[in-house]
Parts: sequence; structure tokens; C-alpha cells
Amino acid sequence: MTDRPTSPLPAAGPGRGGRQRARTIAQIRDGNRDEPGDSHAAGGTAGSGDGRVPPSAPDSQSSEQRQRPVVLRPTAPIVPAGNISGRALILVIAIMSFLSCLTVGITTMVVATAESWQSQISREVTIQIKPAEGLDMDAALQQVRSAVMAVPGVTTATIVDRAATERLLAPWLGDGFDIDTLPVPRLVILSVGGETAPDYERLRQVLADTVPEAVLDDHRTWTDRLVAMARTMSLFGFLILGLMLAATALTVIFATRGVMAGNRHIIEVLHFVGAETGFIAGQFQRRFFLIGLKGAAIGGGAATLLFAALAIWQTFTRATPLNDQATALFGQFLLPAGGYLGIALVILIIAAMTTLTSRYTVMRAVREIDRLRADPSLVGIS
Amino acid sequence: MIHFENVGLRYGMGPEVLRDLTFDIPKESFQFLTGPSGAGKTTLMRLLFMSLQPTRGLVRTFGRDISTIGKEELPLLRRRIGIVFQDFRLLDHLTTYENVALPLRVRGKEEASYRNDVIELLRWVGLGERINVLPPVLSGGEKQRVAIARALIDQPQLLLADEPTGNVDPPMARRILSLLVQLNRLGTAVVIATHDLSLMDRFEARRMILADGRLEVYD
Repeated sequence: MTDRPTSPLPAAGPGRGGRQRARTIAQIRDGNRDEPGDSHAAGGTAGSGDGRVPPSAPDSQSSEQRQRPVVLRPTAPIVPAGNISGRALILVIAIMSFLSCLTVGITTMVVATAESWQSQISREVTIQIKPAEGLDMDAALQQVRSAVMAVPGVTTATIVDRAATERLLAPWLGDGFDIDTLPVPRLVILSVGGETAPDYERLRQVLADTVPEAVLDDHRTWTDRLVAMARTMSLFGFLILGLMLAATALTVIFATRGVMAGNRHIIEVLHFVGAETGFIAGQFQRRFFLIGLKGAAIGGGAATLLFAALAIWQTFTRATPLNDQATALFGQFLLPAGGYLGIALVILIIAAMTTLTSRYTVMRAVREIDRLRADPSLVGIS
Repeated sequence: MIHFENVGLRYGMGPEVLRDLTFDIPKESFQFLTGPSGAGKTTLMRLLFMSLQPTRGLVRTFGRDISTIGKEELPLLRRRIGIVFQDFRLLDHLTTYENVALPLRVRGKEEASYRNDVIELLRWVGLGERINVLPPVLSGGEKQRVAIARALIDQPQLLLADEPTGNVDPPMARRILSLLVQLNRLGTAVVIATHDLSLMDRFEARRMILADGRLEVYD
């Protein structure tokens, strides 16, 4: 040991540059050349002093081989790109994403259908004129029509004519009955809405002043029930969506942690070769963001395609019982803009969850290594 | 470079596995750490690598008291120490070249700046023809040399090797020892934990013998 040459190595530390390393490596190489018969390892003190370290077998590489250009594969990512557990994670994420996106799509469609029912009903108001002694029904209909058109918010007023009234009653009274022989009320249908809603109290007052036999039916009872039903359906849809997203979140988190457990040795090796926690987390985050995005995009894309297929089916199977039932329940299978937005949001949320879970797992693993360092009593337990 | 003073370590409520260790690892020194199985060699190596903290006593590494070093600073300090694990700890999906380059990669260096160095070092350890090979197809001795090359690539001031010849045949053990000796000649302090007496007999060096948790140093 005493005859060891002065070290050519510069002081080690984070600030050393490639030039110094190159010089040292060159010294190593030259050191090899200085020792014939042991081209890859030094005899040094071991070999020359007391001869107890015999020269090892010469390296098979000649100097010509050393000069041979080395072809390297493109540098592989530190976290492996694909393995069985990674593919399984993509599949799990794709399935959960598909179910979540399906729920998002169905919920938005049901909500849109319910809203459409509600708005269609609330845009119509009916005036019913009951027959009375000495009332000229046709004149009353015209008077009512003219009077209500003057009320702001009423856009149209349509008299249900005799033929239409007969058609309405035909299911109960049969074809060919004479409407004049029965005291049948007549209807005027108003379209309301537009910029301002009509003042219903004023409308009632106008009717009472014009034709006292006229009664306004603003469908409020029916509308209220529909609104309640629509709200219930929306609430139910969002409840299912919430449960589905929670189930997806838990599945994705646990599946990600499962896959991460198989990569713990990478975290340890990186930690021990001096990688900072942020660097390790960054490597895993990138890989798992791609896994999450890929799985979620596959699931979300499949759900979107399913809706498109159902819309095409609906178009080509009109007037069939199954189509009618489906249309009554869901409306058109065309996703509203909110549906597409929801699916895109689900995809992003799932990708973000996968990313954050991998980051959290790395942080936890490093924390655990540090905890063991600080408290050796935990070594045996871990 | 490294200073231990009255260091003791116990796991949990058990007895002290290391007791009253007081020694120095000087710059550019070479030492064997030996002792019977279970004497605490690996534990002492972990203390030297700062992956454990002593339950008592003082450990100064590169002039720093390791009990006061923050978590953020620890990786930077570890970069000055190369470690060769008994079980190699190579990443199976990375080639020999990529495994050796890993410490430089995690330091954010561009591949162009270290490519030739890594290849040169691999040739030095006799793996010039195995540069693009994945660890699962390497022999025990080859894996050992990859692990050594990985520990050396960023020129550590201290190299810790835990049973570096434990999984190889005697000729390969001699070859690996020669590599470590040559490294030491270039200025790196080396600590080799081994219970292979024949290996120690091949090279005159300082011996640190652990027995019953106590350390005897023979210069």
C-alpha cells in the first residue's frame, strides 16, 4: 500500500466534468497497457509485490477490437416501457374508463331528454272554453285568440278546429259523431316563451274579461311532475356516475400500486446510485401517465364508438318497437356536447390519477427507505 | 474521509449488533472488512453507505455528521460513494452499457458526454464484448463486474463492495480483486467486505475484523 502512486483522480463531487472523467478513464486504459499479461486488471501491488495475486487471463480483446466502433441500441427508458403487469394495468384502466364513459354518456343523454320533455311541455299553454248557454263558440274562440295574442310572451295562439277536436275525441266517442250534439269544450293552444315568459295572472284576467267561460291550463301540475322526474333522473344519473368514478379511481389506484410494487427494485437502485426523489418520481410519472392515458383513451374511445353505433342503429331501425322504447327512454343516442366533454374529462382524470398514484408510491417508497435509515429497528419489520 | 467514533447500532430492542466502533477510512486506502457470518459486516457497510444511522456514536462522512444531513442532501453525498451490492442489483431491462451509465443518467448528463467513458470502462473490466447484453444472460462474474463498473463510472472517492467475490469461482475472484486493487491505485479508497480468507491472503492490506459486534483493525 505504501508504494501506491499518487491518485490521478480529481476530488470527487457533483461538480466534476466529463473532461476529467475522460482523462481518468484514459489513465485506467493506459494503466492496463502498462501491465502486460493482464490487460483488463492490474496486478499492481497485488501482483507485483508479493506475487499473491496472479495475473488473470488476458482479456480476449485486442487493441484492434478496442477501436471497433460500438453500436448501441437506443437508450431504454429507466422504467420499462411494457411488461405483462403494465399491459394488464392498461386493460384494467380501459375497462373502468369504458364503464365510466358509458355512465357519463347515458347520464348526459337522460338529463338532456328530461330537460327536453320539460321545456317542450312548459312552452305550451292550453285555453279551454267550456260550452255555455247562449255562447257563440266560434266567436268566443276568435275573441280569445285575439285577446291573448296581445299579452306579451305569447308567440302563437292556435285554435284546435272542429276536425282536430273530433279526431281527439274519436278514441272515446268513435268516428262519425256530431260534435254539435255534445257540449264539447274547445281548445286554443298557445305557444309561450321566447325572450319573456307571459304573466299568467294577467292572461287569466284577460280571459276572464273577454270570455268568462275560458279556463287557462298552464300545465303546471304536469310540468311540476316532469321537472321532479327529470331532477330525480339527473340526480340518479349523477349518483351512479359518482359511484362509477369512485370505483374507477379505487381500481386504478390499487392496480397502479400493484404494478408499482413490481418496480420497487428500480426505485431502490435509483435511490442508491444517487438519484434524487424528484428524478425517480419523474421517471415513473411519465411512464404511468402514458399507461393511464392509453388505457383511458382506449376505454373512452370504445364508449364513444358504442354511442355512435347505437345512433346509427337508431337511424336505420326507426318505427320498430325496440327503437321506440329505447328512444322513449334515452332520446336520440347522439351524445350532447356535455357528453363528449365528460368523456374527455374522465380520460384526463384517469390519466392524472394514474400519474399521481405512481408519484405518491415513489415518494412513499423513498420515505420508507429513509425511515429505515433513521430507525434501524424497523429494518427487520420491513 | 470517514470517521466512526464510539458507534453502536441495535435493531429494535435487541442487543447491539455493533458496539463501540471507532475507526477511520483514510483517503486512497484499501481495506478488507471481515468476520464470521452474522458479525455485522453488511450492517457496517450500510452505515458506511449512509443507508442506516447509528443508534449511538458519531459518524462523519466527507466531513459531515450524517445525523444532521437532510434527505435532500443525502443523494448528493452518496454520489461520492460507489457501492457494489452482494446481489448486484442490476436492472434486468437495461443493457450492460445502460446499467453502467445509470449513475450518470440520473445526474442528468447527456449521453454524448459519457458514452465513450462507459464503453472504455466496460472494456477495462473485460466486458467490451458484452456491452449490449442484458443482465439475465450474464454470468455471475460478469454481473459482478458490471456492478463494479456501475459503482466506478462517476469516480467515487470511496468504493464499498459487499462480498464482491461471493458468487464467483476463484479465478474470477482473483480477477475482480485485481480490478479493485487497480482502482485503488488510481486513488479511490476501497472497502471490501468478505469472509473469504484466501482472497485476503492474496493482497496485503489493512484488515478490519468484526467479531461479536466489535471491530479490530490491523494496519
